[in-house]
Amino acid sequence: MSDRHNDNPAPPLDSVITAQGLTKRYGQANAVDAISFAIRKGEVFGLLGPNGAGKTTTILMMLGLTEISSGQVSVLGFDPARAPLQVKRRVGYLPDSVGFYDNLTAVENLAYTAKLMGLSLKERTERIADALARVRLSEVANKRVSTYSRGMRQRLGLAEIIVKRAEIAILDEPTSGLDPQATIEFLELIGELKRGGTTVLLSSHLLDQVQRICDRVALFQAGRIVMMGSVAELAVQVLGAGFVVEVEAEGDGIARKLSTIPGVTRVETLSADRYRMTADRDVRPDAASAVVAVGGALKRLSVDEPSLEAIYARTFQASEAGVRHAA
Amino acid sequence: MRREGSAFQGLGTVFVKELSDNISSVRMLVLELLVVLTALAALYGAIDNLRQNTAEDPFLLLRLFTIARDPLPSFVAMLGFLVPLMAIGLGFDAVNSEHNRRTLSRILAQPIYRDALLMGKFLAGLATLGISLTALWLMVIGLGLIFLGVPPGGEEIARSLVFLVVALFYAGVWLSLAMLLSIVFRSPATAALVALGVWLFLTVLWPMLAPALAQAIAPPDPRYAALGLQTPDTGLWAQFLLRISPNDLFAEAMQAILSPQTRTLGAVFLEQLRGALMGAPLPFGESVMIAWPQMVSLIAGTIVLFVAGYVIFQRQEVRA
Repeated sequence: MSDRHNDNPAPPLDSVITAQGLTKRYGQANAVDAISFAIRKGEVFGLLGPNGAGKTTTILMMLGLTEISSGQVSVLGFDPARAPLQVKRRVGYLPDSVGFYDNLTAVENLAYTAKLMGLSLKERTERIADALARVRLSEVANKRVSTYSRGMRQRLGLAEIIVKRAEIAILDEPTSGLDPQATIEFLELIGELKRGGTTVLLSSHLLDQVQRICDRVALFQAGRIVMMGSVAELAVQVLGAGFVVEVEAEGDGIARKLSTIPGVTRVETLSADRYRMTADRDVRPDAASAVVAVGGALKRLSVDEPSLEAIYARTFQASEAGVRHAA
Repeated sequence: MRREGSAFQGLGTVFVKELSDNISSVRMLVLELLVVLTALAALYGAIDNLRQNTAEDPFLLLRLFTIARDPLPSFVAMLGFLVPLMAIGLGFDAVNSEHNRRTLSRILAQPIYRDALLMGKFLAGLATLGISLTALWLMVIGLGLIFLGVPPGGEEIARSLVFLVVALFYAGVWLSLAMLLSIVFRSPATAALVALGVWLFLTVLWPMLAPALAQAIAPPDPRYAALGLQTPDTGLWAQFLLRISPNDLFAEAMQAILSPQTRTLGAVFLEQLRGALMGAPLPFGESVMIAWPQMVSLIAGTIVLFVAGYVIFQRQEVRA
């Protein structure tokens, strides 16, 4: 396994953000070290990694809010260093633990940023009412933000992105510090955003949540992207397999038949009628027909989806052993 | 490398928002009450004094600004003391509070440049001060009309308008300083303390330190001392050092503008007195010329401090 899965050749045509050798130096230290990636239109892309791995710095470089030391990044075809206004007009940003003016109401807060976006009064009023309804804050729209809970503030931040009708939504640690109920609601809102055609880029260290909503993820460590791809792809790379299917069936020769299914790498016999298969895809249909083919009686079929947590733990254990990164 | 788009996009929006914040804030209300009450006290003293003592004066209105009656200072001296306090109160948390409320990165992610945010905040602060000072100015004129019953002449109005502009830039120096400190220090308390420290130093300590320093730089000549005179060199140095303080510049400019008989703000040379009618007022234009260096210094100070803050802000990291 190489540590530079990010040496993509030409970025795919439908990518909305592409980075090539993007680097940010603070003095001698590289906060972000020559990363390259391409984010496709309409996907939910997750930046994962421990705190201080360079996720927020990468985001700020994409928005033109911090200088790029070397390399290039293009957002919707614009260079954020040269044309930041074009980028910021089309990209919504929800910063880590977002803040609002506490003495103003939700509507007033959104009206201020909507004015900065250059929206007319009529358009502003309509879009704000619509956005607050979508994030379910209509009832408290005219209350001061100082009375808001953290979950409500995060939703208000999302409403700002909706008001902007952003093509890309960049969310920095959107669910950290939220209670489980608020987290579920927020993840649903992100799902709605995606269904509306918005490309979503989010950074997080909360792995199970990311796994639930991200199409692809990039694992950050010490300013580098260690790995990139869908969770299933990463599982194959790191754990050797993506899916673990357990079969409970009675009959003869089941284990042998199961091992002939394409994509299955290993079959273990756990007890007389229980087998565990490791495969790089979901092989349940094939397993069922295999059991039927040898005349067995299928009693149970279950699948363990690959867990990002296991991938993450394995990756960072390996690198902490000093094998790859002398960061 | 050129940036696309205007640096002033969004300036108006920021300006309006900050102005409404400033005007509706409790802090500003308290400061304004303080200034108005003190100003009323100073004016009361001045009016009382004028009614009893002055028989005829071509510049009766201007006397309202400058006359002091113990134990109260004159209106101008009082403003020289309190205007910095107002300006510091407006500026000391301009930028760092945006950092601390975590609103800065959200606002800068909108299609505006940082220039617009900083400039909008500065202009809104200056406008707030301008509104307060204009209100005070109107109060002086109004009280003058009511209690003295003399309508102001054209030249008096012109001179008092110059007073308004100079006071605004005097406030501007302190506003720029407070905003600079709000950019440098992440904690508003630190910024406020440093700003107030500078203010106290320049208003209270510097007038005592400057003559002492001048004596160290140019020791007094015993021959002058024997005659009971100040050594010219020492005097010039003391004046030069004093002029580092904006308070001194403001006081000097006000002296030239509001007391028309002022002929010079520095040492008097014999040639300047040749042919002069002692005590006769100078024309308006001449008074402005005398105060010109002080006025330009105040404007330059405002701009230099603002630019320093601007440069630092442009290079500052956005993340909290």
